[in-house]
Amino acid sequence: MFSRDNWKEIFETIQKNKLRTFLSGFTVALGILIFVILFGFGNGLINTFNEFFADDATNVFYVFRGRTTMPYKGYKSNRQIEFDNSDLADIEKNFALFLDYTTPRISRQDTVKYKEESNSYTTQAVASSHQYAEKTIMMKGRFLNKNDIADKTKYAVIGRLVERDLFGAKNSIGKYIDIRGSAFKVVGVFQDDGGDNEERIIYMPYTTRQLIEKNTDEIDQIIVGFKPEIGYAGAMAFERSLNSFIREKKFINPKDQNGIFIRNVADQLKQNQQFARVLQIIVGFVAFGTIIAGIIGISNIMVFVVKERTKELGIRKALGATPKAVIGTILLESVFITTISGFIGMLIGIAVLSSFGEKLKDFFITNPYIDLTMAVIATIVLIIFGAVAGYVPARRAASIKPIVALRDD
Amino acid sequence: MIEIKDLHKSYKMGSNSLHVLKGINFSVKEGELVAIMGSSGSGKSTLLNILGMLDEANSGEYTLDGVPIKDLNETKAAKYRNKFLGFVFQSFNLINYKNAMENVALPLYYQKMGRKERQEKALKYLGQVGLKEWATHLPNELSGGQKQRVAIARAMAAEPKVLLADEPTGALDSTTSYEVMDLIQKINDQGNTILVVTHEEDIAHMCKRIVHLKDGIIVKDEKVKQVRASEYV
Repeated sequence: MFSRDNWKEIFETIQKNKLRTFLSGFTVALGILIFVILFGFGNGLINTFNEFFADDATNVFYVFRGRTTMPYKGYKSNRQIEFDNSDLADIEKNFALFLDYTTPRISRQDTVKYKEESNSYTTQAVASSHQYAEKTIMMKGRFLNKNDIADKTKYAVIGRLVERDLFGAKNSIGKYIDIRGSAFKVVGVFQDDGGDNEERIIYMPYTTRQLIEKNTDEIDQIIVGFKPEIGYAGAMAFERSLNSFIREKKFINPKDQNGIFIRNVADQLKQNQQFARVLQIIVGFVAFGTIIAGIIGISNIMVFVVKERTKELGIRKALGATPKAVIGTILLESVFITTISGFIGMLIGIAVLSSFGEKLKDFFITNPYIDLTMAVIATIVLIIFGAVAGYVPARRAASIKPIVALRDD
Repeated sequence: MIEIKDLHKSYKMGSNSLHVLKGINFSVKEGELVAIMGSSGSGKSTLLNILGMLDEANSGEYTLDGVPIKDLNETKAAKYRNKFLGFVFQSFNLINYKNAMENVALPLYYQKMGRKERQEKALKYLGQVGLKEWATHLPNELSGGQKQRVAIARAMAAEPKVLLADEPTGALDSTTSYEVMDLIQKINDQGNTILVVTHEEDIAHMCKRIVHLKDGIIVKDEKVKQVRASEYV
């Protein structure tokens, strides 16, 4: 069945029936092309999605403070909860097993000046480990370090857009900027994937901020980074015990919804991942539909091809072609065409996808791609079903009596 | 060569059945050139189709070159057709996307003959019908007479025991018809057994024997003095 002679016969038939070859080849190529592009777009959507949420570290709790709404242990309700440096130390001492790092965060809105340029920015007074929580990427210089915290240095790390606003094209490292009347030396410039606002922030040591604010030890917010190894369940357990630990220390009713609040990024991440998974299922569904449509398309073409060739097959049978030879001719031809055009469609699809890259970012599609294995499997599935779809009419054609086929003008 | 006993064939047309062949007894010896004559509906084409294993009889015996032809499945029929029979049709039935040589070589392909050998043989038979220089032409570039000659070359290429021609001159004008008959006579002169179905008297008289068919039975079976087609060409 696979001798060189048979192939030659098939090549000749293909060469001399260009329209037929084109039709069936085109159907398959188009089916695979659409499948690859759709699937790639789906992956592009998921990429965009991941990018939105991958900006911040996921093994982080943000602890916020508020006002109580319930009286507890002799304390009245509507009491403002305060955090101070001792809370940081207590958390570090009690949860050393889970902890990766902690950092306070004191946010202020300040007027910042450099020479004639002046603007209002968010300043965040933090510890050196804050860099991990925000995944801050340094472009120039360095982030704040432990010595800066201990020495209460007047150093600032500014965002990329802060530098552009105040310094234009000039280098800001080593220059002094005026933050609410105090001179800070710029030691680093950072960038952040989280958008423009995230790059209009100025970081300073929290100890320096506390010194400026009348040597207080108050902090706004506590950020707790935990070890990723503890996993999702560990993170949830840690969150619960951290919550009750702080409530106990601050005398907050365990049932009070306010007082303190912990934002658990791990929990959010889980939800986001579920959403992404649903997205993937929808995309898979659409792609599956495309393949089905492709199979139906190739089946139709095969029925047409066999119908068109009925007379020719009748002649061949009169000349001594066995039913097996007839089926073989049709199937081999169709499998050959679908294989070639299927892989052409696949390659074109992959080329188109990779040419998009970031161009469709406005439509929430980033770097669309398709797994090569996935594309190859889809192509092979289409080829197999094309052969199966071709087999049924081929077998019927082979069993038609030649006299009937010859009469068919 | 051909032995037929009490052959019956009927076609079902809805609830009616049309009895086409009503007991045919008939034999052909090697080297004969037999015309089967009859008006349309007499069953002559049906008889030829049964002889050619393109169709099956309802009852009766059929022996071809000593081989009883019965209980044919398609595979077996295809093999017998390939081995024993060559066909010439009224409408030529050439494959339109294959050139003359490829058409002639096609039965040899199904005999699993090698490509080179096939082409050589096809060219040889094309030469015998006088179309060697047309070998690379497609059927639609040939005249009707040329097409029929290619079809005859194709039928002969497989070197069959019997050549079956169904109205071989039916689609041709008389001059071309005589050319084709001349060719058939020459092939017969080489000792080949040929059956020709026709309804034209002059064509029938170019054979050596005429079998008259009417309403599904043989009414007359006579040997005739052959008229050579070359006299008219």
